[in-house]
Amino acid sequence: MAVTSFDPIVSKRLRIPNSHTLEVYLSNDGYVGLKKALSMNPEDVASEVMTASLLGRGGAGFPAGRKWAMLKNDLVKYLVINGDESEPATFKDHELVEKDPHQIIEGTIIAAYALGVTQAFIFCRGEFALGFERLQSALNEAYEYGALGRDIFGSGFSLDMVIHPGAGAYICGEETALLESLEGKRGYPRIKPPFFPAVIGLYGKPTVVNNMETVSNLPWIVINGGAAFAALGEGSSAGTRLFALSGHVNRPGWYEIEMAKTTFRDLIEHPDLGGGIRMGRSLKAFIPGGVSAPWFGPNEMDMPLSQDAVAQAGSMLGSGSVVVMDETTCPVRAAWRITKFFSRESCGQCTPCREGSGWIERTMRRIELGAGRMEDIDLVLDACDNISPGLSWPPKQTTICVLGPSIPSSVNSAITMFRDDFVAHIKDGKCNYA
Amino acid sequence: MPESNDKITVTVDGNEVRADPGELIIEVAERAGVFVPRFCYHPRMKPVGMCRMCLVEVSSPRGPSLQPACFVPVADGMEISTESQSVQKAQNGVLEYLLLNHPLDCPVCDKGGECPLQDQTLAYGPGESRQVEEKRHFAKPIPISTLVELDRERCIQCSRCTRFANEIAGEALIDFFGRGEDTEVAIFPGKPFDSYFAGNTVQICPVGALTATPYRFKARPWDLEQVESTCTLCSVGCRIAVQSSANEVVRHLGIDIESVNHSWLCDKGRFGYLAMRSETRILEPSLRENGELVEVSWTDALEKAAALISEAKLVHGPQAIGFIGGARLTNESAYAWTKVAKAVVATDNTDAQLGDGMPAELVLGLPRATISDACKAKKLIVIGEDLKEVAPVLFLRLRPLIEEGKIDLVEFSTHETSLSKLAKASIPLVPGEIGTRVRALIGFIKGTKDAGEGIGIDVQEIKNASQALGSLEDNSDLVVIFSNSSAIENTQDLQAGILALEESFKNAKFMPVLRRSNIFGALDMGLSPNLLPGRVTLSGAKEYYKKQWGSVPEKSGMSALEMLKAASESKLKVLVLLGCDPISDFPDSKLAKDALLKVDTVIFVDSLANSSLDYADIVLPASMDSEREGSFTNLEGRISRISKKVSALGSSWPDWAIASELADALGEDLGFGSLDDIAKEIARLAPAYQGLRSTLSLRSEVDEGILLPVTSTKVEIKRKQGDPMVHLGLISVEHQGAPLKSGASNEPGVYSDEKQKPEIGSTVSLISKSDIKSDINLEPETEASGAKSLRLVVTRRLFDRGTQIYNSPFFRELISEQEVRIHPETASSLGIDNGGKVSISGESKKVSGLVVLDNRVDQSGVVLTWNVSEEDVRLLASDSEKSAHWVEVEN
Ligand SMILES: Cc1cc2nc3c(=O)[nH]c(=O)nc-3n(C[C@H](O)[C@H](O)[C@H](O)COP(=O)(O)O)c2cc1C
Ligand code: SF4
Ligand code: SF4
Ligand code: SF4
Ligand code: FES
Repeated sequence: MAVTSFDPIVSKRLRIPNSHTLEVYLSNDGYVGLKKALSMNPEDVASEVMTASLLGRGGAGFPAGRKWAMLKNDLVKYLVINGDESEPATFKDHELVEKDPHQIIEGTIIAAYALGVTQAFIFCRGEFALGFERLQSALNEAYEYGALGRDIFGSGFSLDMVIHPGAGAYICGEETALLESLEGKRGYPRIKPPFFPAVIGLYGKPTVVNNMETVSNLPWIVINGGAAFAALGEGSSAGTRLFALSGHVNRPGWYEIEMAKTTFRDLIEHPDLGGGIRMGRSLKAFIPGGVSAPWFGPNEMDMPLSQDAVAQAGSMLGSGSVVVMDETTCPVRAAWRITKFFSRESCGQCTPCREGSGWIERTMRRIELGAGRMEDIDLVLDACDNISPGLSWPPKQTTICVLGPSIPSSVNSAITMFRDDFVAHIKDGKCNYA
Repeated sequence: MPESNDKITVTVDGNEVRADPGELIIEVAERAGVFVPRFCYHPRMKPVGMCRMCLVEVSSPRGPSLQPACFVPVADGMEISTESQSVQKAQNGVLEYLLLNHPLDCPVCDKGGECPLQDQTLAYGPGESRQVEEKRHFAKPIPISTLVELDRERCIQCSRCTRFANEIAGEALIDFFGRGEDTEVAIFPGKPFDSYFAGNTVQICPVGALTATPYRFKARPWDLEQVESTCTLCSVGCRIAVQSSANEVVRHLGIDIESVNHSWLCDKGRFGYLAMRSETRILEPSLRENGELVEVSWTDALEKAAALISEAKLVHGPQAIGFIGGARLTNESAYAWTKVAKAVVATDNTDAQLGDGMPAELVLGLPRATISDACKAKKLIVIGEDLKEVAPVLFLRLRPLIEEGKIDLVEFSTHETSLSKLAKASIPLVPGEIGTRVRALIGFIKGTKDAGEGIGIDVQEIKNASQALGSLEDNSDLVVIFSNSSAIENTQDLQAGILALEESFKNAKFMPVLRRSNIFGALDMGLSPNLLPGRVTLSGAKEYYKKQWGSVPEKSGMSALEMLKAASESKLKVLVLLGCDPISDFPDSKLAKDALLKVDTVIFVDSLANSSLDYADIVLPASMDSEREGSFTNLEGRISRISKKVSALGSSWPDWAIASELADALGEDLGFGSLDDIAKEIARLAPAYQGLRSTLSLRSEVDEGILLPVTSTKVEIKRKQGDPMVHLGLISVEHQGAPLKSGASNEPGVYSDEKQKPEIGSTVSLISKSDIKSDINLEPETEASGAKSLRLVVTRRLFDRGTQIYNSPFFRELISEQEVRIHPETASSLGIDNGGKVSISGESKKVSGLVVLDNRVDQSGVVLTWNVSEEDVRLLASDSEKSAHWVEVEN
């Protein structure tokens, strides 16, 4: 089905009817990985994950094994699973939580075991009504099944797990804002230092925060070994990854593909994957990793979906969502809408992000609506520069968290790639795409 | 500052600076004379790094990056640039952003002219905005309490106000609402920002978003004049800046004093000046003629007063004359009045306390703790009143430290206090049982007695308390703060408890809390029976003062209670009221009324009318704070300056001048032609005050004041270079306004006066533990009488119907209802519901109030509040000589 052939990992049950139930899960290798893990030393489980070179799937792409190794030893420590997935066009955790909640729970238990944690939390986006319900039933089933609670499967290991709904703020996906929110406070990202939740996290205790998809890989890794995972993909981009493909393609949806072995062109054009641009139109641009990422154009189509390659080219795989824009897309409008999202979602702590996002949004809107002035183009860029000095990649920032420097990504890309479109809007006093 | 070995070196704009590891960049830069612009940072609160105004460029192995100077600590070898191009661009950017949605209504904004947003924009910001869009709009301003109005358009979301409310005051009554650009400061629906400390948020708000209703549109900063002074509304003695416009006081601001108030004030102190212009101000001397007070000249009034005093003295002897009150006076005025009473009239009948305080020997005789001692203590015992109600800023200093776990608190209180939830243990008190319960705790710690055995309290609390206090051996880190827990009993029981603590915790320090104004100054100046100025006893210093003054009272005099009794028996003939109101402030109101009716002459010296004025025969108007000057002694024994800013209203005089002129009329010269004469005499004679250079005690730069007794001729002037973002609105450029870019700091200086060496103890010894009466009746009246089965407790609130307060329009609303606090179990046994209206009957009267169930009230007690309603709680008690009163509560 995919371009390279491999057995799917995280998505293997997604198309099976009733895959969210314990019954179906158990008849499809469910909790086999956990049982195996419990028969191993926790350190050995962790070392398999290190060997697997599993990159975090939440956006920053930090290797899970290394993050775990940083967890400070303490009597009390926590594991928190990030399922707040709210970035526009990102919908892979949404799929996992609705169709395979047990896999998330099993992965979380394995991680907790490896980390010596006895209390875990899953923070799930509140708007995932069905997913949240299924996650809750799965959790109840897991307790009944003996996979959670005291003395799991007679191993002596005990773990409690709580799921917590997000209250509708994108910023609560940022791991430290998530921890604040979990503690019952305003969802404000924490300022650094301290630099890592692994040292000072939830309730001031060492905490690992991992994405839902990240831990969904763990049952497979335990069963098949870290080396098998690392054998897939290439270099630091090991294994497979679930991508959310959206925009002007014939077959939008989620696709699990082998990392680094697949190119953007494959993902967008392969008949089993995106199936090409809709109505035979040509590509204008695409966003390689969620709306926080700088855009790519037709020239980058043959770049492999590899974390390093994309970073080198000045963008990121980020949250694993690829948005395709065909030639009929107004880049001004696209960047404006993305900015509007960030402006709505800024937590409001930092002056540059709080005020800058609104100003940039209003100026972009004005240009899009035909009321722009020539100087607005540089004005917007300079406003962006005051959030992310230099507009370089990886971004510098004048803000507390990286939501701030995510704002310039789309605006800067749109202006750099399609300045003529901006000029036309201003000269013609209207949007010619409308 | 002594160089310690573990210092590190950083460079700030190319200059090397030594720093302690962990110091914030902003602090280190400031020491190096570099001011980093800022909005959200406030040195008395935890940094949050939110506004991003303080970004500086910091070197790191991965190249330079912009970091918030208020949040990032220095590291060895760090290179910090505060002026690089990228820093300037960031500063410019942040300011442009802040102004995008800012209404720029400076011309009608109270902050205009003293606004950090204006100032920092001028210094670091863009000349004009590039925004063409409409700004964000909000309805403005909205009142969030009776004293504070909020203009959300001006808010720059720095969170100083919300953090103050939450982190310092511990009352999260305001918080951010909404997100991003729509973030606004808000109160919770239907819950106003009714905090005793709301005014602080106005002071620290870096823009005109929070304004004080009484000050709104009253003045422009450039028209303000200012002196530094001391708040005298309670005994904490916060340092304030008094600001006036057109000869009228319009604002008080808190000054940041390390040892006292950290720039905070309570709203009583901040807005107390409003009483100055109240309608009840007494402006002219007057005499009662045919039942009416008739305005007369000072000469007539003083001559009349002198004639009546002389006559009474001649016919009945000096003991027929008495002086009650004096806590409102400056030290110098208190000294002058003491001299009038004790040297001229030769009576020892003086009492600055009104029967609800504590014995002067107990107050002055124990090893005294400073506020800093209390804040650095690891263990704290608080006995008596809720500190928030009686010493608000002391509470404010302690609360965050207790919350952070730096201080372990053990509380003995009659009801749930503002600190109860943070206390390690909270032991209920009822009048008559204080000594017993303190001794039970000590017994438990010693292991000699089972916890709470037979005294009817929760054993677990005693255990918790004992755990928090540890052993009796090492207790140099223990401070005991104590006050009278109920206003209408004698304090023998409290005294017994305190002495028991003193005996067991040998190294502990004590802080007595008397709430009234300069009460510590008045006691120090001898306005108490058996005292003479300078913390000495009449018996101990009789000869000494006789030599200096010519005459002193032969025998020890009467307390306020005894004077009022004597008056009611027609034994006391002349009563001088020195800024006090026995009718509404003495625990036994029947006795007070009777006494004032029976006594031949009442000489009323005060600034504002009160209930006792109706009984006055001679009225002498005294000037109020900011119209007078002198010094103040706070509850630590720290002396600081009270300054004059405006001219006195009407014909009022400073009290010392009234005393001095009265002495004149009595044919004696006190020898005081000026305030300085008195200050010099105090420094020469009063033992604890000896060596205090008069000019020094009156110097406003001696911010931290001078702790008594004076042990050195050197006084360090410690004020840090001013931070304009802390001292918002303070005008004195010399002391406060740091030049914005870089600047010369005010060098801490040492002022000394070699000529005037203190001669402490050279002639008489100061009051000490041995002066405290220990022959206390330890068998308090604990018997219930008949149906009246609950012990009455009367507590104080910061805002009651007391003169200054009730006369300020903004405070009337802050006076609470009469609450009846009662233990839930007691309530259910009496069939009483929370929130229900009940009546309490005592000796002769009923009082009604609303029930508040309170787990921390002793099951045998019921707690009412002093002076908050028309009904007089004092009438529930028979007389204030008892150590417990019994009442009945009915639906
Ligand atoms: C504004 C913002 C939003 C984010 N939202 C999410 C999210 O919804 N889900 C998520 O897993 N990580 C999100 N992240 C990344 C997390 O901070 C964190 O890196 C991640 O949860 C770590 O898990 P991983 O190491 O398994 O990727 C977000 C980060 C930022 C700055
Ligand atoms: S960058 Fe934006 S979202 Fe992040 S902390 Fe600052 S204001 Fe909040
Ligand atoms: S009201 Fe003032 S202090 Fe409070 S957040 Fe706004 S600007 Fe800051
Ligand atoms: S705490 Fe006392 S001294 Fe301080 S401001 Fe309030 S009344 Fe004045
Ligand atoms: S971020 Fe440092 S002063 Fe606000």
